Amino acid sequence: MENILEFIYSFRQEIFIIILAVFLGMEVISNVPSVLHTPLMSGANAISGVIIIGGIILLGHADMSKISAPLILGIIAIFFATLNVAGGFVVTDRMLEMFKKRKKSSN
Amino acid sequence: MLNNSPDIGIIILDFSYLVAAILFVIGLKLLSKPESARTGNLWAAAGMLLAMATTLLLHRDVHGNGIPVQNILVILLVIAAGTVAGWIMARKIRMTAMPQMVSFFNATGGAASGLVALMEYGNPDNSSMLVTLLGMTIGNIAFSGSIIAYGKLDGKVKDWFSPVMKYINLLMLLLTLALIIILMLSENRGSSANVLVYLLFAVALVYGVLFVMPIGGADMPVVISLLNSLTGIAAAMAGFIYNNQAMILGGILVGAAGTILTVLMCRAMNRSLLNVIIGAFGAGAAAAGEKTTGTIREISQGDAGILLNYSQQVVIIPGYGLAAAQAQHVCSELDKLLTDRGVEVKYAIHPVAGRMPGHMNVLLAEAHVPYEKLVEMDHINPDMPNVDVAVVIGANDVVNPAALNDPSAPIYGMPIIHAHEAKNIIVIKRGMGKGYAAIENELFFHEKTRMLFGNAKDVLQKLVAEIKSME
Repeated sequence: MENILEFIYSFRQEIFIIILAVFLGMEVISNVPSVLHTPLMSGANAISGVIIIGGIILLGHADMSKISAPLILGIIAIFFATLNVAGGFVVTDRMLEMFKKRKKSSN
Repeated sequence: MLNNSPDIGIIILDFSYLVAAILFVIGLKLLSKPESARTGNLWAAAGMLLAMATTLLLHRDVHGNGIPVQNILVILLVIAAGTVAGWIMARKIRMTAMPQMVSFFNATGGAASGLVALMEYGNPDNSSMLVTLLGMTIGNIAFSGSIIAYGKLDGKVKDWFSPVMKYINLLMLLLTLALIIILMLSENRGSSANVLVYLLFAVALVYGVLFVMPIGGADMPVVISLLNSLTGIAAAMAGFIYNNQAMILGGILVGAAGTILTVLMCRAMNRSLLNVIIGAFGAGAAAAGEKTTGTIREISQGDAGILLNYSQQVVIIPGYGLAAAQAQHVCSELDKLLTDRGVEVKYAIHPVAGRMPGHMNVLLAEAHVPYEKLVEMDHINPDMPNVDVAVVIGANDVVNPAALNDPSAPIYGMPIIHAHEAKNIIVIKRGMGKGYAAIENELFFHEKTRMLFGNAKDVLQKLVAEIKSME
């Protein structure tokens, strides 16, 4: 029990951030028209690639002088995360570009 | 922790994370409105770029060491390779394959979280074991689950359902939780020598596969948004490891957004999330829906053409069949042709039509259908009785009146598009196969309904030719 309390205490700021972020997320996304469901999902998907920061920190402090697990897995993690980020934002942009073009042609 | 006077670099780094987080929030906010969505996406991307750049240049480990130049070079090289690969994939992919692409990118994000957390598990400086294990587990589930979802959407993986799956999945979930607890309580926790952590890594991967395996068809939108949400949560957990606000906030925002979409999708099917995950749809369906019988009436292309040509109001109700046949362009052609002849054409979009949230919208957008013409279910239903012809293209369960009037039907209570209230109904369908819910659709036997059997693309092409030949 004491451990749990200690845990909560040591993360009090982060827990604070999480709770606020959940409300913020709900507030920001609610009432999204269905026309934007896919782009929103895909854009959010790209944001979840923020794990790339973790990958950069991991590989950034890995020992480059020898081949080690953090080195190899760090490279793979950053590659995957970059796919997620770059691919996600580009594909979202491509979808939204279509929406835009369409709007112009109909005006 | 070192007790240095605050380093200017660290202050800038922390501040840049705050700015990145704000850009994520603004980006998502703008993404939720059609006029500003594209700008929103760019803002979020800018936030990501900023956080990446400042981390690379300014990050220090707990000992105060920055990232060495050679590491920076390697990282830039990997990022360059990933960017080029991601860019090409995102540019080359066909619009009809969009659900697969989104699933694939989601998988890569999950995998990255799983790997980062696994490596941090063995890091002696890491004091946040629980979030590390959770991040690894959730990331891996999101990864393998998304890969299966990708395979299903791409037609490479078949739905596989058996009543035993329910129990196996429950068992796997318990095993996963048990492993996390054992690891938390174990003496040498945080040591990469602890083999249990690799077992957990593997079990999470297997669980992801088993969890998505039985779910398919019309439930795909729910699963995809759920997996999306999991990837966000995994990234947030990893953010805890580094005490990184940009990661925590970004991840949680995605988690919340994904959860909202998931709930929306569930509501659109009048089912609980648990029900979707357990997959009771397929199981309970066999019993019901045997009583619908009647005569199927077909219509010739010519008669269908005449009917459409002399209508005032036509509503097209697209479903997955439209995407599967890649008939969106010819559908748009039909729409333009009829509009030129003075017919008012609209599209009725069901929230779960297709295989991902908003699938039909993206598909029709690609075919340059103005989005003002796409009407959400709740807005079009009151107008349905005034509609001369409702054209159902490759949709089934979302127009099944059993959802309204047959309490024994598995889809009873699911909101549907009231196609049956239109004056005439034309159903374009490959054959008399049943929908995902595996029940008969009494709409097809309705006296106002005429069937046009065939591949949606072929049928629509002939229909367009037929109408063109009329003056």
